[in-house]
Amino acid sequence: MRRRAVEEGFFRALMVLAVALVVVGLLLIMAIITAKGVGSLSWEMITQAPQGGYYLGKSGGVLNAILGSLALAVGATALASIFAFPVCLYLQQDYAGQSRLASFVRTSLDLLWGIPSIVYGAFGFTVLLYLGMRASLLGGMIALTLVELPIMARAMEEAVRMVSQDLKEASYAMGGTRWETMRKIVLRQALPGILTAVLLAFGRGIGDAASVLFTAGYTDSLPRTLLDPVASLPLAVFFQLGTPFPEVQGRAHASAFILLVIVLIISVVSRMMGAKVSKYSVR
Amino acid sequence: MPHISVRNLTVAYDGQAILSDVSMDIPDRQITAVVGPSGCGKTTFLRCMNRLIDMTNGARVTGQVLIDGEDILAPDADLISLRKKMGLLSQKPQALPMSIYDNVAYGPRLHGLRDRKQLDALVERYLRMSSIWEEVKDRLHTPASRLSVGQQQRLCLSRGLAVEPEVLLCDEPTASLDPVSAQRIEQRFTELKQDYSIVLVTHILRQARRLADYIVFFYMGELVEHGPADQLLNDPRDDRTKAYLSGTIS
Repeated sequence: MRRRAVEEGFFRALMVLAVALVVVGLLLIMAIITAKGVGSLSWEMITQAPQGGYYLGKSGGVLNAILGSLALAVGATALASIFAFPVCLYLQQDYAGQSRLASFVRTSLDLLWGIPSIVYGAFGFTVLLYLGMRASLLGGMIALTLVELPIMARAMEEAVRMVSQDLKEASYAMGGTRWETMRKIVLRQALPGILTAVLLAFGRGIGDAASVLFTAGYTDSLPRTLLDPVASLPLAVFFQLGTPFPEVQGRAHASAFILLVIVLIISVVSRMMGAKVSKYSVR
Repeated sequence: MPHISVRNLTVAYDGQAILSDVSMDIPDRQITAVVGPSGCGKTTFLRCMNRLIDMTNGARVTGQVLIDGEDILAPDADLISLRKKMGLLSQKPQALPMSIYDNVAYGPRLHGLRDRKQLDALVERYLRMSSIWEEVKDRLHTPASRLSVGQQQRLCLSRGLAVEPEVLLCDEPTASLDPVSAQRIEQRFTELKQDYSIVLVTHILRQARRLADYIVFFYMGELVEHGPADQLLNDPRDDRTKAYLSGTIS
């Protein structure tokens, strides 16, 4: 009896410890970035592109990187959604079911998830060269789409798979086709989960430096067309941290802080949207 | 009113027979109760009639289910018109993730009805038919999931009727309901049989006694006996039916 109580206590303590580590880690990251970055944060940082000598400590901001990152991540997330949604529907029992093709696709997505994003960057770069393009917003978007797609498709699939077979059959039983059932029932019921999947992919996309390093390039000017290079926040952090000047390094932390705030805002907004759209969900 | 005949229907999952060689006719405009112990193939039998069996992985169906002479198990059968014809009331009420109004309008909209006035009239008519109108008329645009389980089942009945089927397939429709709600559903059935053929799967023998005009008894995937309710309940021929009716097997 005593042994079982000790066992119970031990594993509970282990769980609490793990949870504490996760929470403390998150808070620590936020605290350090805020502490180191807030001092350098200014209106100028978020409203101006780098001026001459910015990386030596002169005036300017990272508006180029903010806009660039938003354009890259929004574009890539939109592109990834266009592919991820059909893929996750196809993996449902109603379409591919438990066929070998479906499990092959699932395994492929898991493998793609595990590929380091620098590899996508290198792959994207090769494709760009082959097409005779240079590093550009479009190139970066495509590379980021590859990074986001497996995460989004797998997370969406989980959400869509949660929709009970009985609920779908209620629609089929009234003469609904598979597509009608997917669009009117499954999409509605799984929408909160689908939004989470999109958000997860967006967060990964906007924070990824390696895949855009070669494919999107970097520039001090604001993004203009799809075919021009764009800056991005993760690379802005990287370049500024790499300078020997403390004030520029401070701005690196400020840039990281901005990145964090963007992700936070998107997360809160999508959660609010999720609550709104799940009004009709059945449990 | 379509006439349903089942011919040599056999269903196997992964090589194991669930229904073997079932042949019978379903009487028109009557309540046909399908009874038998759990796992005897009642639900599978029902799912063959609207081809929802297709959704079950690994099910192999042979034989024929003829509706007005047309084999609905044929690979080229028109599933949409079949399922429009065969309304389903499932064991657990499945409210769709939308408002009460939209739940009832779901089927008619699928089949092309767009006119708002017609939809309004139709929603009211079928909510009245399953006697839930008075309870929900002031909150038609609130989520259906907020209704009680008993109300949801009556909503599902309205929704099924709104497609204007000719046959109602009911799979233990009162199994998850409280006694009062169950009684309400049963009352609806006795009225609805004027216009519909009803196939009622039930594991409650008393329910079959109360409602059925015709009874079909399955045991271990085999159609043991079927006949008018009076005859089958009072004068069963097969020993297994006798044992089931007396409660020796269940």
